[in-house]
Amino acid sequence: MPYIVIGVGIVLSVIIEISTKKSKEILPWFSVLLFMGTAIYSIVNVSQSFVLFSGMLEVGGKSAIFNAIFNFSAALIVLSSIDYLKKYEAYYGEYYILIQSSVLGMMVMASAQDIFMVFMGLELMSICFYALVGINRKRLSANEASLKYFLLGAFATGFIVYGIALIYGSAGSTSIQNLVENFVSYSSNIIFVLGLLIFFVGFSFKIAAVPFHMWVPDVYEGSATTVTGFMSTAGKAAAFSVFIIMLSAVVSYNAPNFFKNYFAVISALSMVLGSVVAISQDNLKRMLAYSSISHAGYMVIGLAAGNLYSIAGIIFYLAVYSFINIGAFSVISAIEGKDESRIDIKSYAGLHSKSPFLAAMISLFMFALAGIPPLAGFFGKYYVFFGAIQADLTWLAIVGVLSSVISVYFYIRVVVYAYFKNSEENFTIQTSVGTYSAIIVSAALVIICGFFPDLLLGIITTAVK
Amino acid sequence: MINSEILTYLLLTPIISSILVLLFKNEQAKLIRWFGVAASLIAFVISLVAYTQFDQANPLFQLTHQVVWIKSLNVSYFVGVDGISMLLILLTTFLTPLTLLSTWNAIEKNLRMFTFSMLLLEAGMLGVFMSLDLFLFYIFWEAMLIPMYFIIGIWGGERRIYASIKFFIFTMFGSLLMLVAIIWLAVYASSITGFFTTNLLDLYKVGPTVPHQIQAWMFGAFFLSFAIKVPLFPLHTWLPDAHVEAPTAGSVILAGVLLKMGTYGLVRFCLPLFPQSSVEYAPIISVFAVIGIIYGALVSMVQTDMKKLVAYSSVSHLGFVVLGIFAMTIESVQGAVIQMVNHGLSTGALFLLVGIAYERTHRRDIAFYGGIAKLVPVYSVALMIAVLSSVGLPGLNGFVGEFLILLGSYKSNVLGSVWFTVFAATGVIFAAVYLLWMYQRVVFGKVTNHELEHELTDMNKREILFLAPIFLFIVWIGVYPSTFLNMTEVSVQTILQQVSAIFFVNALHRNWCWYCFICYNRN
Repeated sequence: MPYIVIGVGIVLSVIIEISTKKSKEILPWFSVLLFMGTAIYSIVNVSQSFVLFSGMLEVGGKSAIFNAIFNFSAALIVLSSIDYLKKYEAYYGEYYILIQSSVLGMMVMASAQDIFMVFMGLELMSICFYALVGINRKRLSANEASLKYFLLGAFATGFIVYGIALIYGSAGSTSIQNLVENFVSYSSNIIFVLGLLIFFVGFSFKIAAVPFHMWVPDVYEGSATTVTGFMSTAGKAAAFSVFIIMLSAVVSYNAPNFFKNYFAVISALSMVLGSVVAISQDNLKRMLAYSSISHAGYMVIGLAAGNLYSIAGIIFYLAVYSFINIGAFSVISAIEGKDESRIDIKSYAGLHSKSPFLAAMISLFMFALAGIPPLAGFFGKYYVFFGAIQADLTWLAIVGVLSSVISVYFYIRVVVYAYFKNSEENFTIQTSVGTYSAIIVSAALVIICGFFPDLLLGIITTAVK
Repeated sequence: MINSEILTYLLLTPIISSILVLLFKNEQAKLIRWFGVAASLIAFVISLVAYTQFDQANPLFQLTHQVVWIKSLNVSYFVGVDGISMLLILLTTFLTPLTLLSTWNAIEKNLRMFTFSMLLLEAGMLGVFMSLDLFLFYIFWEAMLIPMYFIIGIWGGERRIYASIKFFIFTMFGSLLMLVAIIWLAVYASSITGFFTTNLLDLYKVGPTVPHQIQAWMFGAFFLSFAIKVPLFPLHTWLPDAHVEAPTAGSVILAGVLLKMGTYGLVRFCLPLFPQSSVEYAPIISVFAVIGIIYGALVSMVQTDMKKLVAYSSVSHLGFVVLGIFAMTIESVQGAVIQMVNHGLSTGALFLLVGIAYERTHRRDIAFYGGIAKLVPVYSVALMIAVLSSVGLPGLNGFVGEFLILLGSYKSNVLGSVWFTVFAATGVIFAAVYLLWMYQRVVFGKVTNHELEHELTDMNKREILFLAPIFLFIVWIGVYPSTFLNMTEVSVQTILQQVSAIFFVNALHRNWCWYCFICYNRN
């Protein structure tokens, strides 16, 4: 049902784009409505789980939660895109349609019940992203980012297809249901495990885990800020949804977790490398790129732990991380000037005297990313660490908290600039309703999920079970 | 257990008023100042009401209020007090209005945000002292970092950015390891009781059963976090920076209450949760405490900056508190608790006085002053009282705490050696040296610097107003400590019983100290 809504939405958007000159005003609000509608629909129907299209797609349950995350992030991103595109004078009708299509791709990924559906969704999402990254085609850096992303993305896709081939070859089926139920018997076949591992490696590219992270900084820096915000949240959530689907055998049947060590290692590497390298970044988008690598690391802890708590923890983490990151990128896009100016941390000096609101908001988001309670980011980490300790991975939790300490430095550096330093350059911030509402909604969610984590976690727990 | 909502009201007062402050405009300076003082005074009144409802003979936690908060993790909002936390809550609510009153001239910039941060900080500290759920405790413990970080970073001195970041990262480092330990305990509790719990009362039963090897790690994680906050030598390096760079109000709260959170944590969590490890590591920790006492005193002696001198004296004084806690006798722990309050009062007063002089001359170096007794007699007397209280003159508060700690550690079976007491006692002597020497150089002699004659004016009524209550308590505790000792006695006994239930550490203390005049008064 939600897939049909989005699909029809895409077609309608195309028609609107073709038929009227006013599409610039209509399309964003149309997309917001579409996304919000789908998100709310998914949340409401979270407990009704059934399978569609002869065992290809699952509706409800985990996929509903993921669909809500994707759609909600997309809605917020569209809101903050309106001003951003105006600022860059880079409005292209495709922009919103591409976002809609990528959301459809993500939804297919998260609800796939067949490995081929996963692949289809992934490709739909990735191709839209390749185009979105380079949407501002007059800018050199955007083109460079787009090409880089495309090449490495294609490389990852190669891995995934190879993995699928091995899985199919050894198991004789691509149905995830079948794989999950017979996981134990299949897993005596080394080819099957190898195929799954290669499949996971391919997706490790997509979630930006070390050592498959090389594309992240350049792509995040080069693409439009709003697109970066979208990729780093919904895109990441989509890739994680696949991990969670594939690990459901381990989680629900208590099957041996062959990949525990693999996940533990890439998680530790991502957390540490992401945090350490981010320290030296002055460009805020680049800093958040490395921060996104380390956050991927925290989430992967949950995969390594592989129990119900940690899976619920990852989903919670993904949801709140989306709110926080979209909020942060919206603030950046509000402050950013034309021609990629003012994304350097120095431009934030004395921000509190220019715009107390934006200064307070960027600080809020930075504290939330650093995981200071009682903001939502803390609970994300808490649940994941909780799962890890339950699975006897205390060492990983310790690596996690240590890298959190490191990461505090660069997060609060932004606050230092915004509040403690005096401004050096003068500029006026032009933003309007769209960006502000995106920021306010994200901030409200960050605070609400911080004080009442049970609201969100309750929904997730029902979905996971 | 009787539910009482008074602590929740106490906690909500500063939180709600901090949000209300944001409704003012920065230009309405006078209004904001009075509002801040009024709000914190209301909190003080509520804490007094709570005190009247508090029964000091009851060993259990009182005035408890429990509401389920996060069902999936079995975390509840659970607050309550015993004697120790009641005393520290009173200290917090007592000092906050006074510090707000002291900022009249010092804080001009962005006053609204300052008052907001101070009130939020107060809420955080109160939360730390009253939470009976480890998870809740952790949240307050961390959340309170943010307002303090802003207070140092925005209104601080020249090196404020360095100091604030150092403060933040040091504290965060310790507390995140504690977080891992908290989660581990919750998970471990589920293997014993069948459900996850971070409820302190449940964990008091679970904690001592943790296998020995792991208990040492758990203890280490908790201890590290608290030791950084105290700060215990050699983890103290953030303190002088933070103190010197923070505005006066920040320093007072930092020294007066924030550091007590560390020692409070040791008493409330480390000892009863991990009794075996506490006893086992007590001698080593006490060695560091004694080193801290002497080191802090020696470093204070060579300071040329008054604020830095007071800051290092904190390291020395809190060494006493840690020594008292880990000596684990009734006297020493009670002494430690009373010393927490004493240090809050006397060091708070010293910071306020240094701040008063600094507001007028913008100088803190001792050499700049000299012979000010003739210029500012009232100020000199006030400084005298604060200095003597900090030195530990009998009849003033400092003496009571230090005496009890030394007495208790002398006969402590856990420490097992009198050398701790011997070396710690030298700290008292050094304290007299550095503080009186500082006093002599600043106050006595001839007026060497003639700029002083124009700049330095005596204390005004407002300044007398906020120092007078502190001096009242300095004398009160010094002359009649029983008021405060009685409050904590039962609670301290309960905690030590939890420790000695496993190790019989604390026998026969009564016949030993029959001649001690404090005990004599008390009985």
